[in-house]
Amino acid sequence: MNQSLDMDPVKTELPGRVQRSGNMLLEARGLVKRFFGVTVLNGISMSLQPGEVRALLGENGAGKSTMINLLSGVLQPDGGEIFLDGEPVRFLQPIDANHAGISVIRQELSLFPDLSVAEAVFAGHLPTTRFGRIDWKYMREATQSALGRLDLAVDVRAPVDSLSVAEQQMVEIARALTRESRVVIMDEPTASLSPKEVANLGEIIAQLSRDGVAVLYVSHRLDEVRAFCSTYTVLRDGKAISEGIVKDTTIPLLIRDMAGRDVEIGRSGAERSSGKAVLEVRNLASRPHGRVVQRVRDVSFTLHENEILGLAGIVGAGRTETARMLFGLDPIGSGDVLLEGESFAPSSPSAAMKAGIGYVSEDRKALSILPQRSVTENFALTGVVPPKLFGRNDSAGEAKLLEQFIETLDIRAASIKAPIATLSGGNQQKVILARWIARHPRVLIVDEPTRGVDVGAKEDVHDLIRKISAQGVAVLLISSDLPEILALSDRIITLLEGNVTSEVDAASATAETLMMKMTKHE
Amino acid sequence: MTEDPNVAMARARRYALLGKLAPLIFLLLLVIIFAILQPRFLMSLNIFNILRQVSIFGIIAVGMTFVILIRGIDLSVGSLVAVTGLCAAVVAKGGVEGNFALTADGTGFHWAFAALAALAAGTLAGVLQGMAIAWLAVPAFVVTLGGLTIFRGIALTISNGGPVSGFSAEFGWWGRGLVGPIPVPVIIFAVVALVAYLVLTQTRFGRAVYAVGSNPDAARLSGINVNLVTIATYGVIGFCSGMAGFVLASRLNSAEAVAGTGYELTAIAAVVIGGTSLYGGTGGVVGTVIGALLTGVLMNGLVILNVSPYTQQVMIGLIIIAAVAFDAFIKKQSR
Repeated sequence: MNQSLDMDPVKTELPGRVQRSGNMLLEARGLVKRFFGVTVLNGISMSLQPGEVRALLGENGAGKSTMINLLSGVLQPDGGEIFLDGEPVRFLQPIDANHAGISVIRQELSLFPDLSVAEAVFAGHLPTTRFGRIDWKYMREATQSALGRLDLAVDVRAPVDSLSVAEQQMVEIARALTRESRVVIMDEPTASLSPKEVANLGEIIAQLSRDGVAVLYVSHRLDEVRAFCSTYTVLRDGKAISEGIVKDTTIPLLIRDMAGRDVEIGRSGAERSSGKAVLEVRNLASRPHGRVVQRVRDVSFTLHENEILGLAGIVGAGRTETARMLFGLDPIGSGDVLLEGESFAPSSPSAAMKAGIGYVSEDRKALSILPQRSVTENFALTGVVPPKLFGRNDSAGEAKLLEQFIETLDIRAASIKAPIATLSGGNQQKVILARWIARHPRVLIVDEPTRGVDVGAKEDVHDLIRKISAQGVAVLLISSDLPEILALSDRIITLLEGNVTSEVDAASATAETLMMKMTKHE
Repeated sequence: MTEDPNVAMARARRYALLGKLAPLIFLLLLVIIFAILQPRFLMSLNIFNILRQVSIFGIIAVGMTFVILIRGIDLSVGSLVAVTGLCAAVVAKGGVEGNFALTADGTGFHWAFAALAALAAGTLAGVLQGMAIAWLAVPAFVVTLGGLTIFRGIALTISNGGPVSGFSAEFGWWGRGLVGPIPVPVIIFAVVALVAYLVLTQTRFGRAVYAVGSNPDAARLSGINVNLVTIATYGVIGFCSGMAGFVLASRLNSAEAVAGTGYELTAIAAVVIGGTSLYGGTGGVVGTVIGALLTGVLMNGLVILNVSPYTQQVMIGLIIIAAVAFDAFIKKQSR
């Protein structure tokens, strides 16, 4: 059964839902979460019985992480309730959820790199002897046996840092096992595992299920979902879109539920005739080093003048890594890049900038803004206005240019001297975009241009991207937001695990077909 | 529970302003207190005394401002003052008696060459440390801690343990001379501070310094060569240390290997009291000048009030901590 539910946050009694009774281990009813007035979870209900393995599905930004954070006490809900064994509970901090038997295996590993494997497994609940000393012997043995269950042979005294990412992931799982967890939440656990390790994980999940442990399995990989999970819940835009039993549905139906939202943003429609090729990328691959896996394996595309090329893919597909190589931030492993027909391998961002490439990074706070510095300084950072004699700043010229952008982009700032941190996310992003547009780049890479941007400003940013493309700039758009990709792009390429899986004309693409190519399934 | 955003914003702005003015308010308060307790404090002779005392570590503090703005630190400045002072002395004297001679007949060089030697040696030392920090990715604390002992050792080697003293009157003018009633070192300090202020606020390099300190990743992604800025910044403090070394040698009419001991802490204190954040990216030379004056007034005032030198140290330490605590508090409120 696969109900596409009418999403009404008040109506928690969903038709066809596995009946609720006293034997629910963990149950969420009508969970609501807002960040700065934006509702990211809008009345989600979900339950886990002992031994149930439930898949939690959804696109990036659908609300899966928020859901995990609510269930594990990292965040507190703004509405709705969580029940454990039928009793309402409130987790004020992660340790509360931990004590209640809920463990989370996170996508980004949260282990302590310098501790030994045994210490990492027992961190936070170190066993002690009668005299209050740490019981090293017990710790090592218990760790050994937990790792044994996972078929992982590593020295429990070795520092965590010396393990591969996959091994570290297994250590995380061992950590959940030693805690006698009753509910284990796995957030994209297979992102860095090999097929054999994935199969192994499947067995562990089955074992956990037989032991009566409930598992909430969060993944983009639908083949794994089919293999490991009995039930599923699909989230979209912070709402539970559908739920049911895995074997009663099909992968296309799941994909439709995950991606199938209406594109609310009107497609530009303008028939932009693509000009000449500006950037050609052939068989680009990143360079693996140390324990950093090769994120980009084989990426080829051609970017034309006046064109917006969408680069779609789930987290870890290698989108940002591709952009970083093109912008000179990471070395190119292999493959060729041609910029206007000439071989191009930037050694630094400034080299890429000189060649006419601009890059608006995906993480505004960490990689784009100078928080305490003024709007003007943030704007002028890329050297938009050449300096006067002796390297003096041309303040008047900068202010004049910035004022133009403030007007055309409708940037709301108390003053151009105000620290940029005092602006809203959308206005900050407009300043960052202005910083690059003012340099008149030939190629502009925009990575998640509207992440953390309010709805109104999102439209403005979209208009802006269309406008610069119309002016001849070749735009490479990276976004996890499929409607955004569909609304802006002329052509779209999809990436999956570092490989290009399709290249389509945006006019003929739908979120569903893209999602098909972005996710792994048989 | 939730505050009106406008009210919150206005409050944050008030605190931000208070944070900017705090060092100045502290300085004025101290001056008033000392003046009341001991009217002699305000005599012009004493004022110039304070200024002369402040000027030497003030010059270093100005350089330290650059370094701290990029989230760095330089512990080697005191030792570098000794080395550069000796460089100037050796050039001015033509060698060190009983150790080595630069000229055959033992005559020295013009003071300008002596000054140049001190500035060049200081800048070179700073650039070398900057390279180690930028390219070898050794923390600034460690590199300059190493520099602290290395330069002291070099100073001892050059001087052979003893002082090098007795310079020409022209050489001595830079440390002991007067222009009208104003001591020359004070003028030098003022000029250094003014130039540094203009560089930091008006030039591309100054922008880059703030950018690297505020968010090194964003700076890099905007095409700024973070390593180059780092190296240049340590060059700046090396240059300032060289200038301080020359002026100190001139003022004392002598250069010795133990000169400048502890200057690094006084300079860092002046910068931090002046409101430049150790986390980088905020602050500036105006604050540092006020911080240096504040430190000087405090030291002088405590002497005039006959506070024991031991107690003085305790009080200065407490005031440094209080200044940083206050800074952290303001940061929290103005967010």
